[in-house]
Amino acid sequence: MSTATFRIWRGENGNGGFKDHTVEVSEGMVVLDAVHKIQATQATDLACRWNCKAGKCGSCSAEINGSPRLMCMTRLNQIPLDQPVTIEPMRTFPHRKDLVTDVSWNFDVKKKIARFKPRKADAADGTFKMGQADIDRVQEFRKCIECYLCQDVCHVLRDHGKHEEFIGPRFFVYNAALEMHPADTGDRLGALKTDHGIGYCNITKCCTNVCPEEIRITDNAIIPLKERVVDEFYDPLGWLLKKLRPGATKG
Amino acid sequence: MGATATDVPLTRRRFGETMRRDAWWGQSVLTVLGFGAFIVYSTWAAFQGNYYWLSQGGANYLSPFYSPEIFGDSPHSVFGPKPGWWPGWLPFSPALLILWAPAGFRFTCYYYRGAYYKAFWADPPSCAVGEPRNVYLGENSLPLILQNIHRYFFYVAVVFIVLLAHDAWKAMWFTNAAGGQSFGIGVGTLVLCVNVWLLGSYTLGCHSLRHLIGGGMDEVSKAGACHRAYNCVSCLNKRHMLWAWLSLFWVGFSDVYVRLCSMGIWKDFRLL
Repeated sequence: MSTATFRIWRGENGNGGFKDHTVEVSEGMVVLDAVHKIQATQATDLACRWNCKAGKCGSCSAEINGSPRLMCMTRLNQIPLDQPVTIEPMRTFPHRKDLVTDVSWNFDVKKKIARFKPRKADAADGTFKMGQADIDRVQEFRKCIECYLCQDVCHVLRDHGKHEEFIGPRFFVYNAALEMHPADTGDRLGALKTDHGIGYCNITKCCTNVCPEEIRITDNAIIPLKERVVDEFYDPLGWLLKKLRPGATKG
Repeated sequence: MGATATDVPLTRRRFGETMRRDAWWGQSVLTVLGFGAFIVYSTWAAFQGNYYWLSQGGANYLSPFYSPEIFGDSPHSVFGPKPGWWPGWLPFSPALLILWAPAGFRFTCYYYRGAYYKAFWADPPSCAVGEPRNVYLGENSLPLILQNIHRYFFYVAVVFIVLLAHDAWKAMWFTNAAGGQSFGIGVGTLVLCVNVWLLGSYTLGCHSLRHLIGGGMDEVSKAGACHRAYNCVSCLNKRHMLWAWLSLFWVGFSDVYVRLCSMGIWKDFRLL
């Protein structure tokens, strides 16, 4: 068995620092295993959030060697162990203790997004007929596990703190899932342009790069929403087309 | 085994500060070098105003930087030589009349936007790396809100693809000794054909086209031909970055090829 050093950020409410912990590691271990081992043997008061240990609950988000990742999905053989492995809490959200941050801002943002508003059902029993391809498109967005790594890495939130004006990649994905749904009749484009600040996104694709579910956030959610906002607010030719073919964009 | 402590407060990071250990700056450096080299070369080439077509050996090649040639001295010129009304103080080159269109298409392209915001403006320098400025407007207000006109540049870019395809077709016809035209393939023909293929793949994988052709509909599967077109555009769109760089390199190389052949430094070989 070999050993590895984990440089873990310890502290409360943003005050604290890194603390090195050296533990034995073995084949097949993930970063979360090492954190648990440290918790069990060296730092019983180490706070970290986790749940499924299978990359599906989105609880154990952290910054490992500077990159936002799920601790349970980061195998130790994927990272260099010849120098200390840094583990920090997500920097975009208020810090609470050690690796735990308060992500409740996200829950509040979600409440502000217009709910699913179904069209009239296709059958008397209340069911809808929808094309598989159309459902597949929105199904990609439903893979989101709300780990908020995309929110963490987004520089608009992380570096510029525009939490009041910008909802972040996670909620553009959520908007896209509703807005592109074949049975939805809601209109979220006005809110996307103003209150939700889609114009702040400058398409750096950092959110796509960190998504553990490999959702193509930028290409499949944000840019299509930006294009829909262009349809609505910036495209005179599109307005003319809409006059000639009402309802064309809703398909 | 044990524990040691180092105090580092959890604060906003300064410019370039990060805990990342990979070569996070590599992609931006490559973007600056690649895009920068292209901008310098294409600007120089656009101002030259000569050696942009090849007629030696019966060839019929026109550099893509100069196509369509609205006014100019080559046989490809649509309206003849430089017009008399052109102001004397204003430099003239056929390329200057048209290059705004492909330049605008690339400048407003979603892929390039993300790449040059990072590489040239450090906004951010790379993912999870500290930024140099506190103020951030994004594409929410002037001037970057103008990026929303990308689809209009796309409309123009499609016309350019058609014109460049026409140039590639013309490059398959060589003037023989009797003054007639005969079918042939030279290395330059292949260069111009590959140029159309790469530029076409880049242009037809455009995010705006993807939206316009069907992505804007919620039930695109009911749209028949639009659905098939949407799938094709989506397929190209998955490799949009690759097509962007390949086409950028090749359009520059096409100009280099025609220019060096025209100057007599390279010789265009006839294959057929």
